[in-house]
Amino acid sequence: MNAETVRLWLDDRIGIGSIAAVARKKEIPVHRHSIWYYFGGMTLFLFSVQVGTGILLLLYYRPSAETAFESVQFIVTEVKFGWLIRSVHSWSANLMIATLFIHMFSVFFMKAYRRPREMTWVSGVLLLFLAVGFGFSGYLLPWNKLAFFATKVGTEIAGVIPLVGRPMLRFLRGGEDVTGATLTRFFGFHVAVLPAITTAIIGAHLMLVQMHGMSVPPGVDNEKVKRMKFIPNFLLRDLIGWVLAIGALAALAALFPWELGEKADAFASAPAGIRPEWYFLFMFQTLKFIPAKILFFDGEVVGILAFGLGGLMLFILPFLDKPDKPRRKTVITVIGVIVVIYIVVLTIIGYLG
Amino acid sequence: MKTESHQDSLEQKGECAQCPNRTHAAEAEHDGKGRRRFLNYLLGTGFGATLIAIFYPIIRFITPPMIIEATQNSVTAGKINELAVNSGKIFKFGNKPGILIRSASGELKAFSAVCTHLDCIVQYEPEKKQISCACHNGQYNLSGQNIGGPPPRPLEEFVVNTRGEEIIVSKA
Repeated sequence: MNAETVRLWLDDRIGIGSIAAVARKKEIPVHRHSIWYYFGGMTLFLFSVQVGTGILLLLYYRPSAETAFESVQFIVTEVKFGWLIRSVHSWSANLMIATLFIHMFSVFFMKAYRRPREMTWVSGVLLLFLAVGFGFSGYLLPWNKLAFFATKVGTEIAGVIPLVGRPMLRFLRGGEDVTGATLTRFFGFHVAVLPAITTAIIGAHLMLVQMHGMSVPPGVDNEKVKRMKFIPNFLLRDLIGWVLAIGALAALAALFPWELGEKADAFASAPAGIRPEWYFLFMFQTLKFIPAKILFFDGEVVGILAFGLGGLMLFILPFLDKPDKPRRKTVITVIGVIVVIYIVVLTIIGYLG
Repeated sequence: MKTESHQDSLEQKGECAQCPNRTHAAEAEHDGKGRRRFLNYLLGTGFGATLIAIFYPIIRFITPPMIIEATQNSVTAGKINELAVNSGKIFKFGNKPGILIRSASGELKAFSAVCTHLDCIVQYEPEKKQISCACHNGQYNLSGQNIGGPPPRPLEEFVVNTRGEEIIVSKA
């Protein structure tokens, strides 16, 4: 039985021919901004690294307040290549958030969210929120001091939201305080709830990208632009990026292994120099700077609601930007630039402070 | 031809040749619509009730049960000889942390150790002789008043008594 017979057999039953035809049809515009097209695929690749290493960690990880810290300690000290798998999982998570941000801002500035790609953007912002959820829930799992306080603060932030805050805090924590019950819940979110939702939305996101093709930015002539075949030309270039990413992950894991820290203690002061993961730093730093009272309201409530509003604006961005209103386009670009500068500056201050 | 097209239009209106009595047909149609509406209503409520029966227990399940702790009004927080002058320690008050401080003048003070900003656990800073929170740089003086950083309210103060060597902390 040769390959052609197998192909024909499969084509008759599951129609692989039509799938291949769709894949062959896909083309990538080639222009001076083409580099940004790589970041979506890179994010997807790093996500697959997360799935792979995550499954491996599941073989040894034990989700309870009594065993979690010790099981991670066991993974990094006793299990062969445990240090590598755990560090790659942590580093890949961080790089994934970074490439996701780059991907999002490139789409933002190239106006690729406009008609007919509004829902592609919306699904992408959902994936950003899910990725942040993955980061937040996964951070607690080693059950160390930093994670414990980060989770206390993070869930308390949810708790200060008027009306829904308290029930949400109890739902997240599995009670009034951050305890073993919280760890069990976060584990469930991290390995079951979030992966299920994320897989579905990634599927929709990719389907939409495939359906609408790649967006060409406003400054480039859509008719005259050169095009490259996705298979094999662009995919091979993608592959080079992924191989480089594997190299980078291995190097980072070997040179800067992810620390485990000290085991969480619900009756110890917060350690000095505590701070969350870098992608939460700008919000963390804002909460440090915000005064205790703004008019009649608690400062942190105002700050948190402002960030919530920011997230909502991001989500509905395609419906705020109307191409027939050029003034609005400029305003949105300017706000985007200010937001990027704000995030970068506060992150740096957060690191130095 | 004419009759045929007339027949067609009659059929389109649902007035078929088999039931030439128009009022009867209209009634049947009305009945049919009523029955359909009734069935839709039945199905809809049934479906809605099934959804509620499925999701109500799920929502109640994911909301953690309230665990009623025996309210503790006082606790032995430590021993005087274990607490140096100008130092502080975290102690367990029920399931919440408290902070016990022996000031530079030797005075004993106790507060809730839960920062009023975002729930972190505070600590005593001997150099500055004040209470601080490492999470967002909140500061409190030795009366528990919020004097710097983001905390919106003072720390809850407890009453401190000594019984021999033992330091007893109780809620005011």
